[in-house]
Amino acid sequence: MSTQIERERESETETESEADAVTELPSAQEARMRKKAEARADREERAREEAQERADAEDSYHLKVFRYDPEVEGKMEPRFDDFHVPYESGMTVLDALIYARDTFDSSLTFRHSCRQAICGSDALFVNGSQRLGCKTQLSDLDQPVRIEPLPHSEVEKDLVVDMEHFYDQMESVEPYFQTNDLPEGELEEQRQTPENREKVKMSTRCIWCGACMSSCNIAAGDNEYLGPAAINKAYRFAMDEREGEDMKQHRLNIIEQEHGVWRCQTQFSCTNVCPKDIPLTEHIQELKREAVKSNLKFW
Amino acid sequence: MSIYEHDVIVVGAGGAGLRAAIAAQEEGADVAIVSKLHPVRSHTGAAEGGINAALRDGDSWQDHAYDTMKGSDYLADAPAVETLCTESPKETIQLEHWGMAFSRDDDGRVSQRPFGGLSFPRTTYAGAETGHQLLHTMYQQLVKRGIKVYDEWHVMDLAVTDEEHPEERTCHGVVGYDIQQGEVAGFRARDGVIVATGGLGQVFDHTTNAVANTGDGVAMAYRAGVPIEDMEFVQFHPTTLPSTGVLITEGVRGEGGILYNEESERFMFEYGYASNDGELASRDVVARAELTEVNEGRGVDDEYVHLDMRHLGEERIIDRLENIVHLSEDFEGVDPLEEPMPVKPGQHYAMGGIETDENGETCIAGLYAAGECACASVHGSNRLGGNALPELIIFGARAGRHAAGGDVDEAEIPTGKRGEYEPGEVDTPVEPGAVASTDAVADGSGERAADGGVTAETGDGSPSDVLERAVERQRTRIEWLLNKDDGIQHAEIRSDVQQSMTANVNVFREEEGLKQSLRDIREAREAYRDVFVKDPSRTFNTDLVQTLETRNVLDLAEAITLGALAREEFRGAHWRAEFQERRDEDWLKHTMLSWNDGTPELWYRPVLLEGESKEYEPKVRSY
Repeated sequence: MSTQIERERESETETESEADAVTELPSAQEARMRKKAEARADREERAREEAQERADAEDSYHLKVFRYDPEVEGKMEPRFDDFHVPYESGMTVLDALIYARDTFDSSLTFRHSCRQAICGSDALFVNGSQRLGCKTQLSDLDQPVRIEPLPHSEVEKDLVVDMEHFYDQMESVEPYFQTNDLPEGELEEQRQTPENREKVKMSTRCIWCGACMSSCNIAAGDNEYLGPAAINKAYRFAMDEREGEDMKQHRLNIIEQEHGVWRCQTQFSCTNVCPKDIPLTEHIQELKREAVKSNLKFW
Repeated sequence: MSIYEHDVIVVGAGGAGLRAAIAAQEEGADVAIVSKLHPVRSHTGAAEGGINAALRDGDSWQDHAYDTMKGSDYLADAPAVETLCTESPKETIQLEHWGMAFSRDDDGRVSQRPFGGLSFPRTTYAGAETGHQLLHTMYQQLVKRGIKVYDEWHVMDLAVTDEEHPEERTCHGVVGYDIQQGEVAGFRARDGVIVATGGLGQVFDHTTNAVANTGDGVAMAYRAGVPIEDMEFVQFHPTTLPSTGVLITEGVRGEGGILYNEESERFMFEYGYASNDGELASRDVVARAELTEVNEGRGVDDEYVHLDMRHLGEERIIDRLENIVHLSEDFEGVDPLEEPMPVKPGQHYAMGGIETDENGETCIAGLYAAGECACASVHGSNRLGGNALPELIIFGARAGRHAAGGDVDEAEIPTGKRGEYEPGEVDTPVEPGAVASTDAVADGSGERAADGGVTAETGDGSPSDVLERAVERQRTRIEWLLNKDDGIQHAEIRSDVQQSMTANVNVFREEEGLKQSLRDIREAREAYRDVFVKDPSRTFNTDLVQTLETRNVLDLAEAITLGALAREEFRGAHWRAEFQERRDEDWLKHTMLSWNDGTPELWYRPVLLEGESKEYEPKVRSY
């Protein structure tokens, strides 16, 4: 299996609130879960039969979806569930997941929000490749469509992974504009040539979906590696002429660290999976060249 | 019970929330953001067009204000509009100073382009992804400043005291549900709570809004006693992709894109919808024109019209509208360099919302609102394209400064039942408001418990007592929802209401349809009393979160429909079959709704057309 599912639940919420009604939570919750499981058994059976009839009658897509919940009986051991979703023209992987959740199993869990490839919530591992669910047409995929959480991340539940490590890496490269050349007046713009804006344009398109990091073999083996997204973020500022030469040097120092650009082995996996077509590998290579140039200059 | 404490708590992390947090911190406040999404997931990122700001010679804030008042069909309040227009240049350049990647002219200055309803090309943009650039630029500043974010915490309720009149109440914090861990906790705000939860598009079936845009903040403030204003005014954007509702920016028309009907007629001109401005008329005008074409049999596939930009040439399209090429290809399967894009109107923006003054303050002490969820009002009955993003940053910043105790000018716009107002009446086929019942905890009726108002329990009434009781009520509600084993699920209720709203409270509205919608909403409210959450998990229970959101959708669907039924005229985005004219003698007033502990009360407040140095005289609005 491509996904690691070791998970130790921390129990600090219980300790913090022991004085409250929450103390009885474990046993009460177990009872509730058992009761719910029984109550829903035949309901689900009926729903499944009906949906199956519909799916048989129509053109349908077969999904195999990864399931895991650290605290729900039957889901603690990871498994795949099968869903047969009636196909409509233009249907995406996200549409199919929403249909499956709203029709068959409301506990099917995945992040999603904008439905238009800008919020970056729904990067998934679909038929062995990192993709945004909302941007992937079912008609482009072989069946059964296998949908898993992003590899190399801790799974929280079903298709939801812990993004904290990704965010930490992004935030470690001083991902904010810094300059000593701000104009005096509050209405005065800092000028930027259209060419320079074009230079950084692709790098600004990152939506923090994490697909690149998940696809990167180096990041999988070196937890401290900044990863393609964070390096691209550094590129976005290092190449912005408004920041000035001193700041550029400072930025090159950051990405030249032990777990920085030199780790990249130009396998292009990040570039291949990026849903916003950012030339990540090229950006990393360019930063390497810049770093070499500036080292020669200072040497 | 976990209680987190800060000076200022901001609910929501889109453009308004981030700007508010930065401003509050600059005033020296210890500020934290509580948001159900990580900040970069916010729907501000989907805004495409740009930021209106009078930056250039030949333009002026006065012209921007004039255009905005006209666009609002004279239902915006002049003090709010003038605040927007005078502060927009400064706030826009502030974004530039924070490094935002605006498109640039040859001389290196930020680019501006024409937009609908504007007398000057003042829409400052970053390709067709201005919102994405704005959101990320501001999140970068948040990281730089180390502002605390509690992300993936769904705010369920405001902790507000229980005085009889909302104007006497105080907000002391919010109750949050940790989506990742399943914990309910209190967030105590020593100085103020700023609601910045964005849009409510999920009230409708076909919308440009994200799945997360369920109007949570508006519904919470409403139930806590803050009046909500002008809810019937909902913007339907004229160019959304038919199959998904994905937005195609007005910038396409700003750059010269043309609308055609099935007979390849340029209908905006040929049928006289906007003989001067054509495709660049105000959004409400274009949306109605498109649907009229479809209704009269000239639509393509009886559903939509065509938006053609091929004549602009590939170079210009890629330079200024590249994102549109991707959206059209990915979500409609149409390459707009090769063929025209199918487009139709879709719900896009709520002009109405939480009543605030021009400093973002509501009538409840310590409670502020900014951005789409708020109504100051700068948009009146119709928002101009390019006016939403400046609203976020300007009113976000003002609310942040004010909540943190910074110096602000005294507001001219009154809030709550103060100053001039009059009672209203509307004839409804069913009772609106809470379903009377003592046991329906999830619905929040009977006892105000479940929707988080404050009951008259014993307690010392101190801020922490008010917060702790609010937390306890929400905890009870969660337990109730999770413990219930059978009933109806939120998806069914939500979908019924969304479909009814799109069928009956859309671009064209008729009395019978509006009444039908109220009956449907009533039925949904009854059904919601029997709602249950099937997923028993405490970990990332989206079944539970969506069930909570659905309650908010119900309250807002009803408020929108009530306002639409009450307003017997045609103004801006609000069109009524029975009333085909703007009726200034009776309707130069804002529609106000107070929750009134579950028995909604309708009243009106006159619009403020008096600006700092001039009166905005209502004129015929033609484009």
